[in-house]
Amino acid sequence: MAILITEETRIIVQGMSGRIGGFHAADMIKHGTKVVGGVTPGKGGEIHLGLPLFNTVREAVEATGATASLVFVPPPFAADAIMEAADSGIRTAVCVTDGIPSQDMMLLKRFLRRYPVERKMRLIGPNCAGVITPGVGFMGIMPPHIYMPGRIGIVGRSGTLGYEAAAQMKELGIGVSTSVGIGGDPINGSSFRDILELFEADDATDAVMMIGEIGGPQEAEAAAYARDHMKKPVVAYIAGLSAPKGRKMGHAGAIISAFGESAQEKVEILAAAGITVAPDPSSMGVTMARVLARRAAA
Amino acid sequence: MDIHEYQAKEILARFGVPVPRGGLAYSPEQAGYRARELGGKAWVVKAQIHSGGRGAAGGVKLCRSADEVHQFAGTLFGKQLVTKQTDANGKGVYRVWVEGASDIAKEMYLGLVLDRKSERIMIVASAHGGMEIEDLAVDDPDSLRRMTVDPAVGLTEFQARELSFQLGLKGGQVAQMVTILRACYRAYRDLDAVMVEINPLVITGTGDLVALDAKMSFDTNALFRRPEIAELRDRSQEDPRESMAGDHGLSYVGLDGDIGCIINGAGLAMATMDMIKLAGGEPANFLDIGGGASPERVVRAFRTVLTDRKVSVILVNIFAGINRCDWVAEGVVQAYKEVGLTLPVVVRLAGTNVEAGKALIAGSGLPLIAVDTLAEAAAAAVAARPRVAA
Repeated sequence: MAILITEETRIIVQGMSGRIGGFHAADMIKHGTKVVGGVTPGKGGEIHLGLPLFNTVREAVEATGATASLVFVPPPFAADAIMEAADSGIRTAVCVTDGIPSQDMMLLKRFLRRYPVERKMRLIGPNCAGVITPGVGFMGIMPPHIYMPGRIGIVGRSGTLGYEAAAQMKELGIGVSTSVGIGGDPINGSSFRDILELFEADDATDAVMMIGEIGGPQEAEAAAYARDHMKKPVVAYIAGLSAPKGRKMGHAGAIISAFGESAQEKVEILAAAGITVAPDPSSMGVTMARVLARRAAA
Repeated sequence: MDIHEYQAKEILARFGVPVPRGGLAYSPEQAGYRARELGGKAWVVKAQIHSGGRGAAGGVKLCRSADEVHQFAGTLFGKQLVTKQTDANGKGVYRVWVEGASDIAKEMYLGLVLDRKSERIMIVASAHGGMEIEDLAVDDPDSLRRMTVDPAVGLTEFQARELSFQLGLKGGQVAQMVTILRACYRAYRDLDAVMVEINPLVITGTGDLVALDAKMSFDTNALFRRPEIAELRDRSQEDPRESMAGDHGLSYVGLDGDIGCIINGAGLAMATMDMIKLAGGEPANFLDIGGGASPERVVRAFRTVLTDRKVSVILVNIFAGINRCDWVAEGVVQAYKEVGLTLPVVVRLAGTNVEAGKALIAGSGLPLIAVDTLAEAAAAAVAARPRVAA
């Protein structure tokens, strides 16, 4: 079945009439993704990329039956667009936008809690490359041809490092069930742990590649979850072994500011939880291959 | 984005935090004049730089006469102050704050930060202040009191009261502390701060609470709606290379090694630095060229990396998603010619339009070292360094 994007997922793009949103929506459609419409306030009734545009997410959901939304809205308005999606019945939103103020994210996360579990929206990102189920479709900005369909889940903060992992595995004949970018911001919609839960429950996924980095508590939370609740093996890599303390390394969230936030400490925490950690970023693929071989032999 | 102590004090005072009376000086003469203007018998003269640890570095002094204020300020202006928190170059002193000396009975700690676990603003306080919070967390962790604030409700009075009592405050001090806490929270929220710190927050001889030092840092992603904060940016306190790179859409952090890095994506950039280190080299910088990089932006990245004279080899590592390998390759070739490069350059391209990119590199006739994988890239960069005589 894979997670988040399946054959049944009907997708709208918020900000589809923009330059970047339009470019990536066209690429998604070209690769067979089921995009059913777009939302741009004030452009309702127009046609873009052969698809209808709507003024509001609610109208788009009513007219198209969309359950997922990809958000390409500029930072000042992105949190509002995500809240609109949540209130209009969208179940999964993926936000690529980089640069959303952290207090907007704080309020947004608080807002999402108002809905009961059965109609609560899941947010992936922001500041992420998106989600891809190879061979089925994708929501985001990744180059789809580097992913081979298969049975390994990928979850990572960094887009390009996720590509690197997928390419290394493809080279070894290992394919991907779904790859999820959770984004590089200090406050994000879904954590490593949230995505591990989905992969653990997914019958199309056999193992998970988790790609973390310096900063924040989410890798440690994921380690505890994997140790206590997962049967599937997890292979991890943590970027930033050479990053100095207290400096922001590109991502707003990639900064060592508390105990347990350095790459060294995270590697120790993961290893202590029984997770196999790739020693360097060029051996993510071979480490996964080794773990899978060991499992097959057992 | 950081601001100076005096600016943080002005902002917090506007929200209701009591601060000592003081004045800003741009010259030693003006510092002496400020002391006379303020009156009193003793003044504290404080170098204004974007760093903590100023006291131990000789940037703060208690002076007993206006002449002494003038004289001490004279030693500060133009000086590069090196503290525990700065690099070896330190930060330049171009502004000095003079304030009336306070009578200190007790020092406390108060900080507001973004807590990534609860995804809320967290208030951290201790009845023992004056030292850095990192040291406090090690030396006296039990003294730290923490509380998170619901963003939909804000800091309630009962929470502020509870914290005040936990700190051992009594009588009128509790009401003063509640005012200070709520003022700090409002300043944090209304101005899109990411950090507010008052250390020390002192109890004076007369039993009143005063913010003796103040630090504020702001969310750069929110500056578009806080023009009054954006105005406070002080470029003299930034690494000129980092701010120049930022102006051109590049994310750059200078490091100590000699292998210059030009990479797309923050995660891949960190991973490449790690790979260089494991291969026996040292990265000279972190640099993310961002998404959709034009050949011009790649040239700009080369220029930025080359401002660091330690750089002896350049490693370009691109895994293109929204980027295009052919554009990056074009940029590399252009940079080689425009900048007059003589250093070895290792290029690894993968992802969107990789074949076109590789063809451009191979057909350029330039001595570029083309490799296919991340591991090869790091090894080639380390091997390409000129040998240093032992």
